[in-house]
Amino acid sequence: MPLNAEHEIHRRRRSRNVGLAVVLVCFVALVFGLTVVKVQQGDMMEAFDHQPRVSVLPSDQPEAAR
Amino acid sequence: MTDINAYQGAAPEAEFSDFVALLKPRVMSLVVFTAFVGLWVAPVDVHPFIAFCSVLFIALGGGASGALNMWYDADIDAVMRRTQNRPIPAGRIDGNAALALGLILAGFAVMMLGLAANWFAAGFLAFTIFFYAVVYTIWLKRWTPQNIVIGGAAGAFPPMIGWACATGGISLESLLMFALIFFWTPPHFWALALFMKSDYHEAKVPMLTVTHGRPATRRHIFAYTLVLAPFAVWLGFTQVGGPIYLAASVVLNALFIHGGWQILRRSEEAAIADGYAVEKRVFKLSLNYLFLHFVALLVQNWWGAW
Repeated sequence: MPLNAEHEIHRRRRSRNVGLAVVLVCFVALVFGLTVVKVQQGDMMEAFDHQPRVSVLPSDQPEAAR
Repeated sequence: MTDINAYQGAAPEAEFSDFVALLKPRVMSLVVFTAFVGLWVAPVDVHPFIAFCSVLFIALGGGASGALNMWYDADIDAVMRRTQNRPIPAGRIDGNAALALGLILAGFAVMMLGLAANWFAAGFLAFTIFFYAVVYTIWLKRWTPQNIVIGGAAGAFPPMIGWACATGGISLESLLMFALIFFWTPPHFWALALFMKSDYHEAKVPMLTVTHGRPATRRHIFAYTLVLAPFAVWLGFTQVGGPIYLAASVVLNALFIHGGWQILRRSEEAAIADGYAVEKRVFKLSLNYLFLHFVALLVQNWWGAW
């Protein structure tokens, strides 16, 4: 059997590798896009220690003092 | 001996397209379309990119359940001519690899839908995958001739999930969209079963055409077109409906009931004589029936619902 530079097995493996690479790149783009949209929408986001954000707490100063 | 020589005569390795085929892309297209409509007509505005991601993850969940279905049904697929060339029976993908892919994709799709939309929709997607892969594929498909009816529920959940992505819950409109697909599925598949004469019998899958005979299947088809119609029209009187949807629905249901009646009235001899012309026509009509109902919902939404 002549030894071809590229056997069919190589083509099949390349299709899997390229396919997976494309899927991973798309996933990264998707997560990035989601992050941008979620931040722009201003969804409630708390820190890792679940402390309430100061900006969303009711003010403890009387209205006139502010 | 090189590894290339060892490869000669062995089952061919999988290409990327084999993994795509494992996710049943044709079923996915129905899931994508109905989930999109469910999400779009919901009364809560969703950011277009979040809507896109939500539909994508619902589709991925559907694909995962397709892979789990192919893993479990590999023995059936190997017997039936129509499915012999699927990746697992053809030996291109190992059954365990398909199982792993299905489980990982299912978990991934649910998690991502929860992060992108909300956790109610994600839980609903998880339930749908469980329902299709376990309740339908593993428990009921090989046990009861009503398998198509029950399997239809799994295909009917996507618009409800889409609706849940926008609203975070369930309402009458999403239940009626579910009913529309749920009651449409049996006449659609049984019309196909009448003229496809697939080898379900050899695969020991109890199809209604085999267990109860063809005349009974014809009666079932007509009965389901009658049950389906009120739900389809009812959707037109809800907040997602309107005159355009109602007009489309009334015409389509009249045609579908008429088709079901024609199927009921035919004898098997008459059907064989003209090569199942009526059954094939009603099957095509059923495809358009569902597609046009959901298109009508979109058009109505664009035009302005009630």
